[in-house]
Amino acid sequence: MNLIASLGQWGMGFVSRSGAAVLFLFAAFRGAFHSLPRGCLIIQQLYAIGVLTMLIILVSGLFVGMVLGLQGYYQLVNFSAESSLGLVVALFLVRELGPVLAALLFAGRAGSALTAEIGLMKATDQLAAMEMMAVDPMIRVIGPRFIAGLIAMPLLAAMLSAVGVLGGYFVGHGQFGVDAGVYWSSMQNGVDLVDDVLNGVIKSMVFGLIVIWVALFEGYSAEPTSEGVSRATTRTVVTSSLAILGGDYVLTALMFGGF
Amino acid sequence: MNEPDLSAEILHSSMFYNPMVEAKNVHFSFGDRVVYNGLNLTIPRGKITVIMGPSGCGKSTFLSLLGGRLQTDSGQLNFDGAAVPRTKSPALFEMRRKMGMLFQNSALLTDLNVFENVAFPFREQTDLPEELIRILVLMKLQMVGLRGARDLLPGELSGGMARRVSLARAIALDPQLVMYDEPFVGLDPISMGVIVQLIRRLNDTMGITSIIVTHDVAEGCSIADYVYLLDNGAVAGHGTAREMMHSDQLGIKQFMNGLPDGPVGYHYPANHYLDDLYSGTR
Repeated sequence: MNLIASLGQWGMGFVSRSGAAVLFLFAAFRGAFHSLPRGCLIIQQLYAIGVLTMLIILVSGLFVGMVLGLQGYYQLVNFSAESSLGLVVALFLVRELGPVLAALLFAGRAGSALTAEIGLMKATDQLAAMEMMAVDPMIRVIGPRFIAGLIAMPLLAAMLSAVGVLGGYFVGHGQFGVDAGVYWSSMQNGVDLVDDVLNGVIKSMVFGLIVIWVALFEGYSAEPTSEGVSRATTRTVVTSSLAILGGDYVLTALMFGGF
Repeated sequence: MNEPDLSAEILHSSMFYNPMVEAKNVHFSFGDRVVYNGLNLTIPRGKITVIMGPSGCGKSTFLSLLGGRLQTDSGQLNFDGAAVPRTKSPALFEMRRKMGMLFQNSALLTDLNVFENVAFPFREQTDLPEELIRILVLMKLQMVGLRGARDLLPGELSGGMARRVSLARAIALDPQLVMYDEPFVGLDPISMGVIVQLIRRLNDTMGITSIIVTHDVAEGCSIADYVYLLDNGAVAGHGTAREMMHSDQLGIKQFMNGLPDGPVGYHYPANHYLDDLYSGTR
C-alpha cells in the first residue's frame, strides 16, 4: 500500500512539476519578448553564457576532431578509402557530435552556472527585492539569459564542428599524409547544406532551448538553501543531458527518415 | 473609579484616521501550519509602527502579504485604501512603486556596485537622464553616509554598511511606505544606533510610513510610535511603546521583559517528555 501511495505521490509531483516547467517556458518567452529592447543586458549574458563557454568548446572540438581523424583513418585505410576521411569527419561532426557534444558541454558549463546564479539570487532575496521594486525578474533576469542561450548554443555548436574538422585535418594530413585537397574536396562534395548542415543547426537550436529552459527553471524553482541550490544544479546537468541524448535520437530519426 | 485617559484616546483616534494599512480578519496558512487565524491590525500613516513577536509568529509573513508576494487565504488586506492585488498584475506593480523594503540580509544585487544598486530603481522605473540619476543616487548615499563607498561591491561591505545601502535603495523613489524586516539583526551597537537614527530621521523628514518587524524590544520601542505584539496567529497586544512596557497582560509582560515563564511557550509543541524518552522511536 505504501508503495502505491509513494508511486502516486511521485506521479502527482512529476505532473505538477512538468506543468510548472511548461508555464515557466511560456513566462520565459514573454520575458524574453519584453527584454528584447534591453540589448545591453542581452550582450552581457551572451558574454557570460557564450564567450566564457567558448574555450571548453574549442578545445573539446579540436580533440574530438583529432580522435575522429585517427579512428576514421584506421578504419578507412583497410578499404583504401582514406580519401573519404574529410567527409566522414565532417558528417560525424555536423550531423551528430557537433550539436550533441556542444549541448552537453553547454549544459555542464553554462547551464549549471545559470542555475546556481539564479538559485543564489533567490536564496539571498535578490529576486524578491526586485519584485518589491516593481521589477519583474522574468523580464530583468530570465528574459536576457533565455535569449542569450538561444543565440549562443547554435554558434557554439558551429564552432565545435569547425574546429573538429580542422582537428581531423591536422591528424589526417599531418600524421597520415592524406592529401589536403582530397580531404577538403571530399567534404565539399559529400556534405549537403540542407540535409546535413541545416539539420545540425536545427538540432543545436532545439538543444539550446532545452538546456536554457531546464537551467533557468531549475534555478528559479530551487529551494532557497545551499542544499537546494546544489540539488538544482545537479538536476540541471542530469536532466538536460538526458533530454539532449533522447532528443537527439528523436530528431535524427525525424530528419534522416527513421520514423 | 478612574477617569478614562481622554488625551490617549484622542491621540489614538487621530493616529488611526485614514490609515496606510489595514488588515481585517486575515487568515493565512503555510500548508497545515496556521500562521494567522484572524489578524486585525491598522498601520497609521506617517508613523513608525513596530511589529514584534516571538520567532515564527509570522511577523515577516505580514510584510510578504502586504507586498503581494504571498496571498491571504481569507480576510481583507488594504494598502492606501485599496485591497492588495492577489495576482501579478499591473495594479500590483503599481502598488509596489509606492513601497520600499529593507530585507534582513540586505538583498543587494551582488553583480552591481553600491552606486548601481541604488541607481537600479531609477534605471528600471524612470526615464531620467544619466546626470540626474547620478545626482539623485549621490544624494541618497549621502543620507545614509556612504557616498564615499559608491564604487564598492556588496561583498566588500560590512553588515551595517550593506543594510544602509539597502535602505538608500529602498527610499530611492521616495515611497509612501517602507518596510523593514529585522533591521537590527547582526549589527554592532554603533551600526544599530546609526540604523535606528536613520529610520527615525527618514520617517520624519520624508513623511514616510514605516513598518518595522523585529524581536529586538529595546531598539524597537526606542523609535516606535505604535507597537503590535503578535502571537498565536493574532494580535496579542498593541499600544504605544510606553503602554506596552507598562502593560499588565501576562503575555505582553513576558515578551516585553524577556521573561522565560509565561503564556508564550518556549517549547515547540511535542508529546509528553517522559513518554517521548521511553517510546524507543525517533
